[in-house]
Amino acid sequence: MSVGASSLRHPWYVRTAHWVAASSIMALIPSGIVILGYHPELYWGETGFFGDPYFLSFGKRSHEMFSMGGARQVHFLAAWFLVGAAVLYFLWGFSTGYIRTRLFPTSDQLEVSHIKQLAADHFALKHDEADAALRYNLFQKIAYMLVIFVIAPVIVFTGLAMSPNLTAEYPGLIEFWGGRQTARTMHFLAASALFAFLVIHLWQIWLVGVKKLVGPMLTGRAPSRVEGEP
Amino acid sequence: MTLISRRQLVLGASASSGLLLAGCDAYPPGTRGSLLEATDAFTYRTQRALLPQQTLVREFDRDAISKHFPAINTVNPESEAYHRSRAISFADYRLPVTGLVERPTAFSLSDLKRFPSRTQVTLHSCVDGWSAIGEWTGVQISRILAAVGMKSEARYLLFTAVDGWWDTFDLTDALHPQSLITYGMNGGPLPMQHGAPVRLRMERQLGWKSIKYVTSLRLVDRIDNFKDGFAGSPQSHGYGWFGGI
Repeated sequence: MSVGASSLRHPWYVRTAHWVAASSIMALIPSGIVILGYHPELYWGETGFFGDPYFLSFGKRSHEMFSMGGARQVHFLAAWFLVGAAVLYFLWGFSTGYIRTRLFPTSDQLEVSHIKQLAADHFALKHDEADAALRYNLFQKIAYMLVIFVIAPVIVFTGLAMSPNLTAEYPGLIEFWGGRQTARTMHFLAASALFAFLVIHLWQIWLVGVKKLVGPMLTGRAPSRVEGEP
Repeated sequence: MTLISRRQLVLGASASSGLLLAGCDAYPPGTRGSLLEATDAFTYRTQRALLPQQTLVREFDRDAISKHFPAINTVNPESEAYHRSRAISFADYRLPVTGLVERPTAFSLSDLKRFPSRTQVTLHSCVDGWSAIGEWTGVQISRILAAVGMKSEARYLLFTAVDGWWDTFDLTDALHPQSLITYGMNGGPLPMQHGAPVRLRMERQLGWKSIKYVTSLRLVDRIDNFKDGFAGSPQSHGYGWFGGI
């Protein structure tokens, strides 16, 4: 595979969706924490209040520090942008074949020997320097697929499950989880998983090189130092 | 007149709060140029457009009723008149229905109970995050509106409460079969902490829209011109007008 410096590492719709989603998440996490602070307990099932058996408790209410109304409005504004990013990514990602060819693992990546080597490299914090770095490795792909096809959809659909106007017509949004409180708890757990991904993602970028990775996500171009390498 | 220039159109469009609002001019409280209000407008218009049906919310069996139904905000109104009325079982209570109606009427509690009643066991979802199941008995708002005769210009309902709370609703929510003025809860009369003598049930919106201690109902053609222009108390505290999400 020959990849020149001029080839696009990230097509425009991936870059746009990436930064729009990243900005949305930066607004969704703090506003979500403010909203959670108004009732910092999580339950399973349909109902739940202070005094009921809970799954997780964060202690005291923090309702006097921030405005719930404002936090909700920011949360929904950011959520709309996240939905926009998702629509862009899925429409273009699937129709151009990007998701199939670039995101889904290729057969050589699924060979046991390759996976063993990749795992060993990961534990040693070794990363590809050359051509191979121009495509996602298997663990990267698994992490991205988890976010794109599991965590983000769970976040969106559990969020929608908390809209009484929507669940009036689509009660399945709640019934799938077995109750409103379960949906709310899953919303929190999926958001926490996304936050964990974000921390690891940023750590990996710092490890491999901020310039080397952030540049291509802004311009789409592969890092120039790859040029000329075998 | 077709003399509107392109420039005027562009100016007009940006004045009404930008792209997010394109096609969203029918946001009853008005967005006051705020991006966050425009978001609420966009959410409201999208949900109204995608969910035109008056589908009922889920109803539960009586054995699902929560043992303890939380009561928050006002649970004991600071009003002498209220407590005098409560001492005589609200015998002097009147619900005036005024505004754009053919026959303005003040309903007593027994007047309200004379309407065919509806009893529903539903999930109350508080904006804070908790939820509880309760059984509510009352009269459908649509029956009251039919009794007083809505004028054709009437578009919105404005409710006020003993504690100074007030809020507004469009006809889609007001005419929904599960939108009630309730006087009974869990088989008994509505307890004080839950809004006696009557509270609203607006089942397709979050709990804050189900106002307690209702004192009056007024039919109006617009809601952006009352008091501070916020179309309801929660909005002056930063909440969006639409409580459906």
